[in-house]
Amino acid sequence: MGVVPGAGFSSGGSTSGGSSSTVSELEVVAEQDSNTGLSSVEVSSYPDEAELELGLGLSIGGGGSGCGLKVVGKQVPRILTANDLPSIVSRPLTASPSLTCSSSVGITNNNNNLFSGTKRTADSVTSPTGVSQVVGWPPIRAYRVNSLANQAKSLATGEPVLSINECKGNGVVHGAGDKADANPMQKGHHKSSLFVKVNMDGNGIGRKIDLNAQSNYESLALTLEEMFTIPTRATNILKSSGEVNGVVMKASTKSSKLSDGSSDYVLTYEDKEGDWMLVGDVPWGMFIGSVKRMRIVKTSEVNGLAQGFEE
Amino acid sequence: MNYFPEEVLEHVFDFITSHKDRNAVSLVCKTWYQVERESRYGVFIGNCYAINPERLIARFPRVRSLTLKGKPHFADFNLVPHDWGAFVDPWIKALVKGCPDLEELRLKRMVVSDDSLELLSRSFVNFKSLVLVSCDGFSTDGLAAIAANCRYLRELDLQENDVDDRRGHWISCFPETCTSLVSLNFACLKGEISLPALERLVARNPNLRSLRLNHTVPFETLKKILTQASKLVDLGTGCFVHHPKSESYHKLKNAMSKCKSVRSLSGFLDVAPRCLPAVYPICANLTSLNLSYAPGINGNELIKLIRHCKNLRRLWTLDYIGDKGLGVVAATCKELEELRVFPSDPFGPGNAAVTEEGLVAISAGCRKLHSLLYFCQQMTNAGLITVAKNCPNFIRFRLCILDPKKPDPVTMQPLDEGFGAIVQSCKRLRRLSISGMLSDQVFLYIGMYAEQLEMLSIAFAGDSDKGLLYVLNGCKKLRKLEIRDCPFGDMALLMDVDKYEGMRSLWMSSCELTLGGCKTLARKMPMLNVEIIDENSQRESALVDDRQRVEKMYLYRTLVGPRHDAPDFVSTL
Repeated sequence: MGVVPGAGFSSGGSTSGGSSSTVSELEVVAEQDSNTGLSSVEVSSYPDEAELELGLGLSIGGGGSGCGLKVVGKQVPRILTANDLPSIVSRPLTASPSLTCSSSVGITNNNNNLFSGTKRTADSVTSPTGVSQVVGWPPIRAYRVNSLANQAKSLATGEPVLSINECKGNGVVHGAGDKADANPMQKGHHKSSLFVKVNMDGNGIGRKIDLNAQSNYESLALTLEEMFTIPTRATNILKSSGEVNGVVMKASTKSSKLSDGSSDYVLTYEDKEGDWMLVGDVPWGMFIGSVKRMRIVKTSEVNGLAQGFEE
Repeated sequence: MNYFPEEVLEHVFDFITSHKDRNAVSLVCKTWYQVERESRYGVFIGNCYAINPERLIARFPRVRSLTLKGKPHFADFNLVPHDWGAFVDPWIKALVKGCPDLEELRLKRMVVSDDSLELLSRSFVNFKSLVLVSCDGFSTDGLAAIAANCRYLRELDLQENDVDDRRGHWISCFPETCTSLVSLNFACLKGEISLPALERLVARNPNLRSLRLNHTVPFETLKKILTQASKLVDLGTGCFVHHPKSESYHKLKNAMSKCKSVRSLSGFLDVAPRCLPAVYPICANLTSLNLSYAPGINGNELIKLIRHCKNLRRLWTLDYIGDKGLGVVAATCKELEELRVFPSDPFGPGNAAVTEEGLVAISAGCRKLHSLLYFCQQMTNAGLITVAKNCPNFIRFRLCILDPKKPDPVTMQPLDEGFGAIVQSCKRLRRLSISGMLSDQVFLYIGMYAEQLEMLSIAFAGDSDKGLLYVLNGCKKLRKLEIRDCPFGDMALLMDVDKYEGMRSLWMSSCELTLGGCKTLARKMPMLNVEIIDENSQRESALVDDRQRVEKMYLYRTLVGPRHDAPDFVSTL
């Protein structure tokens, strides 16, 4: 059924409106060349690689998303997360999906190691998270936006979901009929622990980490780095915690990593539905709510994720 | 008709309640005009600056129920500066003088002060119903005055307002003699309330049909309330967190299962998903479910819940539901008429939570669907074409692709054809919001086919003035048009200036209008207020030159000329 006589649905696009594929492809290619000089995904082009041999961390797209994301210190995060990987979803004004995949992944022009991925466009205001941060967009009532933001925060403070005491606490105070000064979010709130297992490729012994003791992805990254990076330190931790484990993290594991040259790891987690997901996509609070356990995997061993790096 | 007794006319008019119909009635002849105006109890004012309260009362001396809308729609998205206007205070003062029998006041996007609320509560003896939607400027002190002084209060409905919560005793201010409450909605309040006072209030108001709690009301209290409020039809839970193995939980589940009359459920502002089964017993009765403020419920739990809700007519949800969940909705909710899917992470990177697939599935399964608000990561022309074929009954179709100017990801084409199919197929379409990459072509289609269209929202679309012209020339019933970030300029604006007299309002921001163009329009159309909102007015970049671009223009028809309460940054040309 034609909408307009003479203009079929499928071919409609070739008139005005300009963005015929060829033209914008060229634009995108030109942009890429001029920006960073990166030919394609180059993990190894992270600026501080040399310093970083033992570094482990999360790299997450920059400050726009409000999850407290920033890279601490000089270390370039080495564990890659969603934002480092090529986006398959096309971005404003980029043309074909294939171009998007092959376009530059991580580095933007700056030196603070905030990765903004492929999200470059000619004229839209683009945040490192890739969505245009334009005033009043998307068109959601401010009340709703604020409300969701507050709820996300309260999820992130580690409020236990099944604490019996929590809500009762509220009731008791009000029974006395006096004003409650405390922030309702904090009332009756005690942080329970949320220990999840963390395993690392090439390492037979796993660890457990209390996610509620972390406040954001950055602190998680630091903690994991401490746990897994340096074998001697790990051994010390084991000793100091009183557990003397017959099998210790092998130093050889470390060296094999280094000698491989593929010293890049990806932090993944298993969610409630049993799927293995890349850490860093979702707001912290949401992550906490759905993570069951984590795994640090070698990039080279991850199907599909690795593909983007080779193009 | 000269011999027709007026009393009979009046009796007949009593059956005509829609304000559109009554407006039509009043145009028939002078007699009808007189009879109608003296018997009109409910007045709807779509733009509070189109008329003033004195004239309103002069024309409708018996008005008992007034609905007022204030700021332009885009104010919801922070595009209108905070103190632009829409103050209810002068209205209340005038009503106090001229309309002591006022019973109902419904306000949307207006600035309401505590003083106004206090004055209202003390002045109208028969006041029964206060509904505030998207308003701001007041605190719980104002609510306390309403609670304390409105003796016959039936309805206090606060929807999505920005209220300064002083955590006072406002709930405790309802006197013991208050027994007439039918509807109480304070879900948008952020602070705590006295729980015993709430429980007592519910206990002594047996006619309570609608109760929506805020997030500070705990599980325990909900249980107590449910045992008291047996006639509840509409329930909004507060905090829904408890241990599912506890006795409290079982008691709540029991209480819940006895609430056979509940048809509408919302809330879950804080939720432990494992407690959700407590509501399963009533799900089959639900016609309306709003989980859009429940980010604690993930996709799978949503799906489990929805499987129980076979009779849903309205569903509001977050996009955690996913395309898969929408497929379940399509299979389960055959009576669905209205669907809203909100983004859980509006500013985050694309997670492809819902796409065209979900919408297509819904359209295939829910043939009665007529109202849609859908935030998604992407949409295809093919998808929209299928939706248009499956659901020709759309009255409201609002699609928001989160990434502005995003084309069809499969064909990389603009979404002109898809939206074209929608307007061609849905002959009863009254409201439309479009998004994604769009050229002038989509406006050609809209102008050509959207004959019943009354409200159109456009952003980041079009190539030239032609786009706007197609719409202005084509949509004869257009009343509200709001445009942002489109390349439309003076030429289109000025082509048919008389058109705006037949519309309620036009908003254009970040387009190509110049000061000169707006001035010309204002000159030609004295019955319009053409407001320029210039936030730079104090600075050097203030508008002085006619050639300068106007960032924000809002025009509306009015009977009372430029308003006197406009702030500095608003100039009416």
